[in-house]
Amino acid sequence: MTEDEILGELSSGMTIGIGGWGSRRKPMSLVRAILRSGLTDLHVVSYGGPDVGILCAAGKVRKVTYGFVSLDSIPLEPHFRAARQAGTLEDFMELDEGAFYLGLMAAAHRVPFYPTRAGLGSAMLSENPSLKTVKSPYGDGEDLVAIPAFEIDAALIHMNRADAKGNGQFLGPDLYFDDLFAMAGAKTYISAEKIIPTDQFLDEGPVHTLRIPRIHVDGVVEAPMGAHFTECPPDYGRDEAFQRDYAATAKDADAWTQFRTDWLELETHEAYQAKLSERANAEQGPT
Amino acid sequence: MSEPTLDEICIVALAEAFRGDGELLCNPMGPVPVIAGRLARATFEPDLMLTDTIAYAIEGNLAFGGDPSDAVVEGYMPFRSIFDQVWSGKRHVVMGASQIDRYGNQNFAAIGQYRKPKAQLLGLRGAPGNLINHATTYWVPNQARAFSETVDVVSGPGYDRIIELAPASQAHFEIRRVVTDLGAYDFETPDHTMRIRSLHPGVSVEQAQAASPFELTLTDDVPESRAPTPQELELIRNVFDPKGVRKGEFR
Repeated sequence: MTEDEILGELSSGMTIGIGGWGSRRKPMSLVRAILRSGLTDLHVVSYGGPDVGILCAAGKVRKVTYGFVSLDSIPLEPHFRAARQAGTLEDFMELDEGAFYLGLMAAAHRVPFYPTRAGLGSAMLSENPSLKTVKSPYGDGEDLVAIPAFEIDAALIHMNRADAKGNGQFLGPDLYFDDLFAMAGAKTYISAEKIIPTDQFLDEGPVHTLRIPRIHVDGVVEAPMGAHFTECPPDYGRDEAFQRDYAATAKDADAWTQFRTDWLELETHEAYQAKLSERANAEQGPT
Repeated sequence: MSEPTLDEICIVALAEAFRGDGELLCNPMGPVPVIAGRLARATFEPDLMLTDTIAYAIEGNLAFGGDPSDAVVEGYMPFRSIFDQVWSGKRHVVMGASQIDRYGNQNFAAIGQYRKPKAQLLGLRGAPGNLINHATTYWVPNQARAFSETVDVVSGPGYDRIIELAPASQAHFEIRRVVTDLGAYDFETPDHTMRIRSLHPGVSVEQAQAASPFELTLTDDVPESRAPTPQELELIRNVFDPKGVRKGEFR
């Protein structure tokens, strides 16, 4: 598939789960495709990074459910921060980072909730009236927080490798929660650095890197540099200079518009890649 | 070797928070706490497990910001495993605090109203789950700025909120220590209010109290925070932080 074909499967108002973690292995070519699409009124579910910042700043989002929103090397995602402080993001559910994992797992396992003590006594519970507690049927009848299953219409994840059938392989240090996103999504779409023949997976990494089984995958797109500017080791690290440029646009509406035009709204991922190469060459200078 | 400086006193005070922890995952965040964790393991708490702050549990004395590929890997700790460790209780975390009150209620989520804050900060992050599952220590490089009568948002709950919960919910809660630029504090009082455990060299009770809007609980005789040993100074300066990254936390 292409990014735009995947976008054709999505519609306004949907709940979109986005894999990765902060500014790490985010399906950015698909996030940019959402940005340039007509989709609006989305509910984004994410261990958030620039995916959440970009879509909030572009007015695509009705609600965010998140464990955090950060650019890692820049601890506060500036576009998300601006949206929170301006009050433009009215609906959001912030969960403890571990509790967020339980919401994904409940969805993956098709149970209505998983119980946890995380949130008792904290703002997570007192500031989220939709979060309920449940009384343990055992022992002393302790009240536990019931983390609801995330009802995700479509999950988007980025893998280092995939085959054409939709099996996905991660080669970096951490899968994050992408397997749970894949299971939690009613539909799941993968972008991958490289689509390879199935019989080459084990040349790329050991068998336990094959963590996304095709039974949970509805479409694959090949997107080299598809996680840029977030990191995607071992294929590439985070583009810190690019990320700094992105972050700086949160302070200046004109700079943000310009950055969207120059980079984020380029018509295809190929055009984005070509422009990245130009930029790399320009930085190198004449030899 | 020259006299210990404030950053080194603070590192040793934080390392002391891990004394007696034995075999658990020591999970500090940021330069001063990470150096403190590695220092504790290298000296008096050899069974601690520590990560490279990415995904590996590592042995040996890696410098802060050093190349993890130089270290011996003893385990795999991706984020999912970290949460599993949180819930297992075999963990002691060090977090920061933009605001902290006398019962240890901590905020690093937002200043002002939670739903429409004046300043959005880090968020709740892992604080709600950490506090209720295992030992937590706070690192506060600027006490006067962070100590608060009340906190705007409760990221990590304090003792007054926890005692309202069922016994099983309280069972694993512990704020071990709060270490600041002025001293070290604990909650080992009958009403679990913050108590001065020690003050850093040259800091008086009056100075510590002046940097707190709530009354600090006192012991009869307030000790001075322990000075680093020559071995600890050598480790901090030449092994864990030869570039002096730790000093940046006090700016």
